[in-house]
Amino acid sequence: MTAATVAPERPAQPQPVPKLVQQFELGLAAPICLTWELTYACNLACVHCLSSSGRRDPRELTTAECKAVIDTLERMQVFYVNIGGGEPTVRPDFWELVGYATAHHVGVKFSTNGIKIDPAVARRLAASDYVDVQISLDGATAEVNDAVRGPGSFATALRAMENLRAAGFEGFKVSVVMTRHNISQLDELKELADCYGAQLRLTRLRPSGRGADSWHELHPAAGQQRQLYDWLVSHGEQVLTGDSFFHLAPYGGPLPGLNLCGAGRVVCLIDPVGDVYACPFAIHQEFWAGNVRADGGFESVWRDSELFAELRRPQSGGACASCQFFDSCRGGCMAAKFFTGLPLDGPDPECVQGYGTEALNAADPAAAPRPALDHSHRGGVRGRPEPVPVTIGSRPQSLPTHACDENPLAGFPG
Amino acid sequence: MSTKAAPGGCGGSSPRASTFDLDQPWRVDDRVAVRPEPFGALLYHFGTRRLSFLKNTTVLAVVRSLAEHPSARSACAAAGVTPAALPVYERALATLAASQMISQRAAP
Repeated sequence: MTAATVAPERPAQPQPVPKLVQQFELGLAAPICLTWELTYACNLACVHCLSSSGRRDPRELTTAECKAVIDTLERMQVFYVNIGGGEPTVRPDFWELVGYATAHHVGVKFSTNGIKIDPAVARRLAASDYVDVQISLDGATAEVNDAVRGPGSFATALRAMENLRAAGFEGFKVSVVMTRHNISQLDELKELADCYGAQLRLTRLRPSGRGADSWHELHPAAGQQRQLYDWLVSHGEQVLTGDSFFHLAPYGGPLPGLNLCGAGRVVCLIDPVGDVYACPFAIHQEFWAGNVRADGGFESVWRDSELFAELRRPQSGGACASCQFFDSCRGGCMAAKFFTGLPLDGPDPECVQGYGTEALNAADPAAAPRPALDHSHRGGVRGRPEPVPVTIGSRPQSLPTHACDENPLAGFPG
Repeated sequence: MSTKAAPGGCGGSSPRASTFDLDQPWRVDDRVAVRPEPFGALLYHFGTRRLSFLKNTTVLAVVRSLAEHPSARSACAAAGVTPAALPVYERALATLAASQMISQRAAP
């Protein structure tokens, strides 16, 4: 989302007004950006999937429960939600939910691999102000993209982009997770997006979900981080970043956007079974804030969760506090540290000063926490004969599924 | 025109402030939602998909009351903006106008 700060640089009134970023660190009345993963089902099996998606979870929110969440979001004035998955468009009620959200003043941006974006769907999407589309693509060539997202996925994404372009949908997003294999393609990726009238969005690879297993091989090398930073600086606000590269700020100053970790403060995640986590990259009990099925619903989780209250308290910089760049990187990404086994109050694993590499070398990889859930396909998926690495995650006790259960969270930790 | 998802939050472009006529009648655009926050407010435009922040409650009061006043100048005065502070608010309103958050309405 684009953020234009409108206001007196200096307060016109006598009372001191803290900087906006400090206000955000204390949390907001409702999230600015809410990610909502509608299903764990997916037709692909990307090696870096941050939610380890593949198979639908039988406990996923029903249509009626999703509509109740939307009602809550409308009441809280959450302007829009970023819907993802899994592949959200494979939910049979997906379009119904999109329609319900937009009719209730909750805008929708959804992420898709493009599988359902045929010409008719593209025309319908192009007609709505309240719906934005983000096509996931992790390389400018089939070779680079398909190595991560699976055979045929490049062609699927480009077909969807062509359908959107033909329908006159201007400014849809092409979202790329940056890896060591596609950083050399930055210019080609930009050209590709431009050619379809789309806007390029680049985000950081996180060691979350199946990314825990692929991060060490895929994350950009140190020299590439610098290349990425310089490229982002030279392209400024033409390219979106989800504000995910604030850990690179010590290279020479902040990139456009908010330079802080928004987890539990301005963002959070609702997962397909209604669990609320601090951010989309932190699907783990450690970052679990509550469930929308509980009394009070999402609103109560956002306002009253102990985890969120903790995240909104002033944080100490820990080992990073004495670093001269702490004010610009704020210690980096919590989830990246957590899933690489680094302490949360220490350097980011990709700290540009090199402290992260030192910390990673000193850490025991086997001791890193494992992603808590795994909905990966058990066998191969279309075009991918070898199953992706599957780990048996310890998951929370399952929720009761009977409507007559008194406490919908019975047996649920937290 | 630009939206983005994301963990870190949100960011993007700050539109250039252009000339702004304080003496014209203004209103919040129909497609804009205003959400009060402890620090002021968040504004979101569903058409342009832009987010803006109002950094104090005075500018929020000005924005909310624009439609009830014959001019932006009058809305500022009613919200307690002093003549000395007026240029700062004029710039803030100009930025909102440039990003289509507020628009001129027909004179009464």
